[in-house]
This record gives sequence, structure tokens and C-alpha cells, in this order.
Amino acid sequence: MDLALTDADLAFQAEVREFINTYWPEDVRRARATSSRFEESRGHSPEVRRWIDALNERGWAVPNWPQEWGGTDWNPTQKYIWDKETAKAECPQLSAFGARMLAPVLYTWGTDAQKNEFLPKIREERMIWCQGYSEPGAGSDLAGLATRAVREGDEYVVNGTKLWTSGAHVADWMFCLVRTESGAKKQEGISFLLIDMKTPGITVNPVYILGGIHSVNEVELKDVRVPVENLVGEENKGWTYAKGLLTHERTGIAGVARSEVQLARLKRIAQETGMDGGSLWDDPAFRTRVTELEVDLEALSVTELRVLAQVAQGGAPGPESSILKIRGTEIGQAIAMMTIEAFGYYGMPYPEQTLIDNEGPIGNPYVMPTMKGMLYGRASSIFGGSNEIQKNIISKAVLGL
Amino acid sequence: MDFSLSEEQTLLKDSLERFIQNDYDFDTRRKVMAGEEGFSRENWKQFAELGWLAVPFAEEDGGIGGGAIELMIVMEQLGRGLVVEPYLATVILAGGALKYAGNEAQKGAYLGAIIEGSKMGALAFAEPQSRFNLADVATTATADGDGYVLSGHKAVVLGGPSADFFVVSARTSGGPRDADGITLFLVDGDAAGLSRRDYPTVDGLRASEVTLDGVKVGADAVLGTVGGGHAVLEQVIDEATLAVGAEAVGGMEVCYKDTVEYSKQRVQFGQPIGKFQVLQHRMVDMFMEYEQAKSMMYLAAMRLDEGYGAVAKKAVSGFKVQVGKSGRFVGQQAVQLHGGMGMTEELNIGHYFKRLTMIDTTFGNVDFHLKRYGAV
Repeated sequence: MDLALTDADLAFQAEVREFINTYWPEDVRRARATSSRFEESRGHSPEVRRWIDALNERGWAVPNWPQEWGGTDWNPTQKYIWDKETAKAECPQLSAFGARMLAPVLYTWGTDAQKNEFLPKIREERMIWCQGYSEPGAGSDLAGLATRAVREGDEYVVNGTKLWTSGAHVADWMFCLVRTESGAKKQEGISFLLIDMKTPGITVNPVYILGGIHSVNEVELKDVRVPVENLVGEENKGWTYAKGLLTHERTGIAGVARSEVQLARLKRIAQETGMDGGSLWDDPAFRTRVTELEVDLEALSVTELRVLAQVAQGGAPGPESSILKIRGTEIGQAIAMMTIEAFGYYGMPYPEQTLIDNEGPIGNPYVMPTMKGMLYGRASSIFGGSNEIQKNIISKAVLGL
Repeated sequence: MDFSLSEEQTLLKDSLERFIQNDYDFDTRRKVMAGEEGFSRENWKQFAELGWLAVPFAEEDGGIGGGAIELMIVMEQLGRGLVVEPYLATVILAGGALKYAGNEAQKGAYLGAIIEGSKMGALAFAEPQSRFNLADVATTATADGDGYVLSGHKAVVLGGPSADFFVVSARTSGGPRDADGITLFLVDGDAAGLSRRDYPTVDGLRASEVTLDGVKVGADAVLGTVGGGHAVLEQVIDEATLAVGAEAVGGMEVCYKDTVEYSKQRVQFGQPIGKFQVLQHRMVDMFMEYEQAKSMMYLAAMRLDEGYGAVAKKAVSGFKVQVGKSGRFVGQQAVQLHGGMGMTEELNIGHYFKRLTMIDTTFGNVDFHLKRYGAV
């Protein structure tokens, strides 16, 4: 047991910081953090594009991938340093659906053709993916999905409806769970298909969530023809792949580093918010509550390190990753709520984007992004397997109940 | 001891319930909000005809002489319907200041118009630095001949965009946070030097940043006594706190009932999710939070009607603490148990969640009222 960084680690940290300051400098950071534009849009701003290109040039775009596909040879400490530093500077990340979720499935179970076709494009963020999992009747009970794929010659014909599909309106491709056989057990008979969003028969309908945010969609699939070479792994084994992928998703959702940034911001906002001639940060009641969150977050951060260390010694994160998902989303939501509380009355204004563009923000410039993040963040304890489902996983897989 | 409503109170409650039931479904509300003003003048007219705008005003002023309990009844129902018409801003805040501090001429000029629905008002009390401290007033009122000149920035003025007149708190003497030396002024919405930046709020209301840049008013614009505005503000805000709390109680009722209903319909893993014990207990907790908040609401309303003083202030603060905690829990869990549906603009649940969240930071959050409860 040892937490200290070696000289080599410190040198690496300095290298990372320099890279970040060059390609994701302070002014760009602030402009992005105070932007009230939340919707996912097609393409990237020039600043984000530059950052992603720089990552690829340096070979740092996908540190966790196998080296043959562009991963790094970093040890766990270096990966930790990278995650911390990029989170602290709020560096843009590659779209998670491709880089964090689909890629591990592809480099583990995909064909050579699939790897060659998709992995480089995901790494360079030239192909955006969405995740076709949930359906109107299959939320927490994901294995109850009803979208069917029927094999006809060299194609699957897919029919069904996917719901809550994040970013489907900007995605080039969708990885999708479909039912290929009505087996005895609902988890059997599910296959993992890659679908080009330009295929005829796909309709994407927006679902606006709280705050008028367009992030999720309903995706209708009507006689969508998918070449059989877009099947990942074996037919009817899709559930196994999807489960592996969900543990990765959960680990990502914990968002410890993101919460640390938000907590630091909350403190700054409290210091800048007036109260009785001083600042809100002088208020012991408020300060105590923020400090409680800080301790919660620290505990989670160490728990995450333990999970990561375990992963580094071989294999995917275990069911313990559910702890990260549950506590991570609870803490993230609590920080967002406290930030809204810190704004006091100024948490209320929710002006049209054009008004902000023309006349600037109302109150603190972080209000709109915080509010949108708070509203959107209520979904974090629902998606990726709701927190109730995570507790079922822990009670069954860890406690053996 | 009696927790039942009188016959008149029951009639009032029934008339609001009928309106919410028949004329204010969620789609209607959505359409109303999408309009330019963000509420319906037609509805407002109907409120006037039904006598709701007259509720808290004395009979000699044309009102029906209702007290805190009547306000509670109105606001609880408006909360159930998530009503966006500016009842709080006009009747309770601006109207409240006139009711407690207005002279005959002022009441004559404004209260009748409020009651018949022809004038709307707003209370401009908060400032960018003030947070929940009503005495933290940096807006200045400088004597100028017989009248005053007002300058300053009033923050997040609810109902500001539709206000024909404002009641503005300004400092005529004393230091930055002295309770003494604050004076209330009646200012016309189109007064020279008054400008507003209007915007929607996240929970579906409308508000303004109001800037006063050398606004001249006459001596007759002083509402109440010079320098004595703080006591009026405190009483008005306490009534308004009861009002938004009651609104929250109404919202919580819909949240827990709709969630229970949804849990009976939504099937996952081959059974309605309401069959899962972990969710059953969660909904029991929601129900208990609602009931606890309702108890504190009754206490606050009855204490206010007994007379305004330390006991009433404490009851109001206790209620607001309970509402803050209960409202968050009920709102958040309603969203959680509705799953993705709870997150949508399309379903009412998320909108209740937003309103409940914002009510927590209106007129003082839990921390503020805990402190006040302990100090009174």
C-alpha cells in the first residue's frame, strides 16, 4: 500500500499538464464550462476538434485500449494521473458510446474486419455511435427487449422501437440489442448488431427532457436491413457482450473526477455569492453540508482507485463497480443540487438562448450550465441500470442474497 | 382543536378543484406557457370572476376577508395544477404589501384593480447580493423635493414582466443591512428610468431583472412609513412563504399519487413495479413526507391567523424547513420511480420536480429557516 507518486510519475504529470495547457488552454475551458448550450450537436467546435486531433497525434486518445489499436503502455498510476488532470481541466472526452462502451466489445469479440473498419474511426472521433438498448417495454428489465431481427439470406431484417437513445440524432451508427430467437430464457436469443443510421427504415424522433434539452430519442426501426457481417460475436450471445459493456458504462458513470471539478466550482460559487455582507461560504450550515459531500466523494474516489487497481491486475471491473455507479450518481446529483441552492434566487432564470447570446447571462454565468446539468443529471440514477437495479446486482452477486 | 374546513372554505376549495380539474389540464398549461406572456389573461379574468383575487383582502377594500387558511387553500390547489398565472406575485406579494401598509388612497387606487383583475403587480425585494436577507437593501431612495429618487437593481422579480406596478424596497437611511431605514415605494411599471429584462424561469414562471436608474416618485408613492418597510416585508414574505409551501404540498400530493398509480401500471420483470418492496417503501416514504409537510402547513396557517408574532414566524419557518426537505425527496423520487418518463418534458412529473426544487430556494432555503426557527 502506497499512495506516493514516484519521480517518474511526477515527470509524467508535468508532461500531461503541459500538453493540456497547449491544446486545451484556460480561456477555452472557461468558455466551454459557462456555455449554456447543452444539446448534442453534429460535429465539434474547432477547439474540441483540435484537442481530439492532438490526442491522436500524441497517441493518447484511448489510453485504455489495447496498444495494437492505439492504447497506451501506461501503468495504472499514469492512467490515474491522466484521468485526474484531464478531468480537472474539463477536457472534452471522446464520445463515450464509441470509445468507452462499444470499443471494448469490438476489440474483444469483433471480427478483424469490424476492428479495422470501426476502431480507428472511433479513436479519431470520425464516427459517432449511439446505443440501441432500452425500449418502451424494456427499461430496468433490459432483457425483456422486443426488437426483432430475422435472418433473410445475408441480411437481418430488424423491426422494433428503441427509446431513450442518447445522441441518435447525431450518430452515424448504432450498436443495438435485438432478439434473434425466442428462447426459453429471455437473456438467450439476444444478438448484438451494428446498424448504419443511414439505412432505410430508421426514423429518429426527438424526446425532449426537462429544461427542453434534446439529448435522447426514440428510434423506430421498420424493416431495416442489416448485413450479417455486422453481427458482433455469435448470434444469440449478445447479452453476454452487453453485460460486459455495462460494467464499463457503470465505471464511467461514477464520474469521480467530474464531481471533484463540480465540487471545487461549488466552493468558488459559494465564495462569490453574497450573504449578510460576507459570502455564502462563511455560513457554517452551508459549509458543513459541502464538506460532508467532500468526504463522501473522497471515500468514493478511494473506492474507485481500488476498483481500478483490481482491473489493472487483470480483467474487467466486477459487480463492485455498481458501488461506483450508485454513490457516484448520488454525489453528483447532490453537488448539482447544492450548487443550484447556492445561487439562491438566481437559480430560477432560464432565459432563451438568443437572449443570452444578445445580452449575456442573468446572474452567475454558471447558472444555466449548472441547471441543465442538474436536470439532465437526474437521469444518471436511472440510466445504465437504475440505482435500484445496481443494488439488486450487489445483493445478488456480491452478498449472495 | 379542529382541522376541518368551514363551509365557505370548502366552497372555495371546491371551486379551485373544479377549475384545475376541468380547465387546467397539463396540455392547457403547456399552451398557456408557450404564449408571449407565459400565462392566460382569460384565466386571470376567470380568477377574478370566481373571487379568488379577492381572497386575502378586507371586505371594506372589496375583498372577502380571508386569512392565512384561505390563502393556503387557494395555493394548495394552484400547486396541484402547477398554475403559472401570477397569483403569488400580484395578490400575495404586491397585494400583501398594499394590504398591510397602504393608506386609503393607495388601497383605493390598487386593491380594487387587483381584485377585478385589471392590474397586476410585483414585489421587488431581492437584490443580487441579498440572498434571503430582507434587510440587505442596497437600492437607494434619496429625498428630492417632496418626493424621492430611486436607484438600484432588483433581482428575480417574480411576475415582473406582467406587472403594471411594482412595490420596491429601497433604503432611505441606515447601513447596508440595517432593518431600520428601509422604505417601500409604489412605482409604475412605465415610470421613466425603470427598465426590466424579462425572462422565463426554469419552473415555468416569468420574472424580471428590474433596474431603477434615477426613478422619480412623489411622496404619495411611499407605502407605509418612511424607514419602516422591513416589518411589512417580513410579514408579507411570511404569508408568501406559507403560500409557496402550500403550493409545494399540492405538488407533492400529485407527485406521490401519480407515482403510486404509475407503479401499478408499469410492468417490468413480469410484474407491476409497485410489487417490488423496495419501491413500495420508497412510496410510503413519499407519502409520509407529504403528510408531515401538510401537518406543518396547517400549523403555520393557523398560527398566522392567530396573529402575527414570534409564534407565527416560528411556525412558518418550521413549515418551510419541512417543505424544503419533503419537497426535494418527493420530487426527486417521483422522477426516479417514473424512470425515463419522469425525465421528459411531456410528462407532468418532471415539471413538479422543477417547481418543488425552486420553492426550496424561494423566501429562504432549509438552512435559512432552520436558523430563523432557532433564533425566533
